[in-house]
Amino acid sequence: MRRGWLGLALLLVAAGCAQTVRVAPPTHDEEVVLLPGSDGKTGALVVTHAGQQQTLDSAYATARVKDPGEIARSQSDATAVREAFAPALSAQPPRPVTFVLYFLGDSDNFTPESTVELQKIFPEIANHPAPEIVVVGHTDRVGTIVYNDALSLRRAERVRNDLVQLGIQRDRITIAGRGEREPIVATEDEVVEPRNRRVEITVR
Amino acid sequence: MHSRTLVVVAFAVVVLALTGTAPSGAAVVDVGQIKVSKGTVHIERAKQRVPVTVGTVVQEGDVLITGADGSAGITFKDDSLLSVGPDSVLAIDRFAFDSTTHAGAFETSLRQGTMAAVSGKIAKASPDAMRVRTPATILGVRGTEFVVRSSRVAP
Repeated sequence: MRRGWLGLALLLVAAGCAQTVRVAPPTHDEEVVLLPGSDGKTGALVVTHAGQQQTLDSAYATARVKDPGEIARSQSDATAVREAFAPALSAQPPRPVTFVLYFLGDSDNFTPESTVELQKIFPEIANHPAPEIVVVGHTDRVGTIVYNDALSLRRAERVRNDLVQLGIQRDRITIAGRGEREPIVATEDEVVEPRNRRVEITVR
Repeated sequence: MHSRTLVVVAFAVVVLALTGTAPSGAAVVDVGQIKVSKGTVHIERAKQRVPVTVGTVVQEGDVLITGADGSAGITFKDDSLLSVGPDSVLAIDRFAFDSTTHAGAFETSLRQGTMAAVSGKIAKASPDAMRVRTPATILGVRGTEFVVRSSRVAP
């Protein structure tokens, strides 16, 4: 008998809880829209709410959470997104840009093409507010690891010096040398590979 | 505690010696920079109000706050871009990034307002490493571009 009363009491409590959840008014109105990537590829977002999951994986796929416990799916478009998110979108910083410059063998002298390419970096830097420039030097696998570490750093230093000559503030430039560890083209040791003799310059 | 610190320092020295990749002039706590700032914008950092201009450094734990006329954009060290519109509150909860392996973790909370996002190297390297929380949802970012809004509903 006692057990019966307890059961009834629990049932009432449970019913009360369920009731509370059902009638809870919305406290937030949230919306997320997946946009097409600038490279033409659209990524994906996993939206989790109240133990439920929805994956957005096509351009302008939208999830809205207003009524607690429910993720509502819909489809937006470029115009609607531009209207609803104009200030946030127009405050988007310029995209980081990466340049690759190539060097002559065992030296910190650019190839003729890269000497020309270097000139294109300056306007890109000017296009970035408070620009940060990261210069990472690399080598091919001719020479020892220790030698190539030093050579890759020398290449990065060379680029920094040239950028400073062009008028870029020195303290905006970070440099590093990674030696022969990160080849673009994998080779056996002691193989000449001009495509690996490079610096990668990221402007962000 | 002391000896533990020593071990950590010694380990760091060994790692740098082995890889030879010590970037010059990198500060420890910088996770990004303000690149765009319009109208009323400030950062709340350790209960202090930090004024924001283009070039202001963003740190883990910062909360970016915009007024009714404000908007702001941050570029992070992994090339992620986050920008907010007016009346927005964005907390940078966690940002860890290894510039060599691109491994890391990036967690933010949009407490209110609007945000546009472009994910960077952290999300590209590990699809579950970038998360955006809002009061009602968690967004797992598998890349790359999206917008999100959270508004409070008047009772």
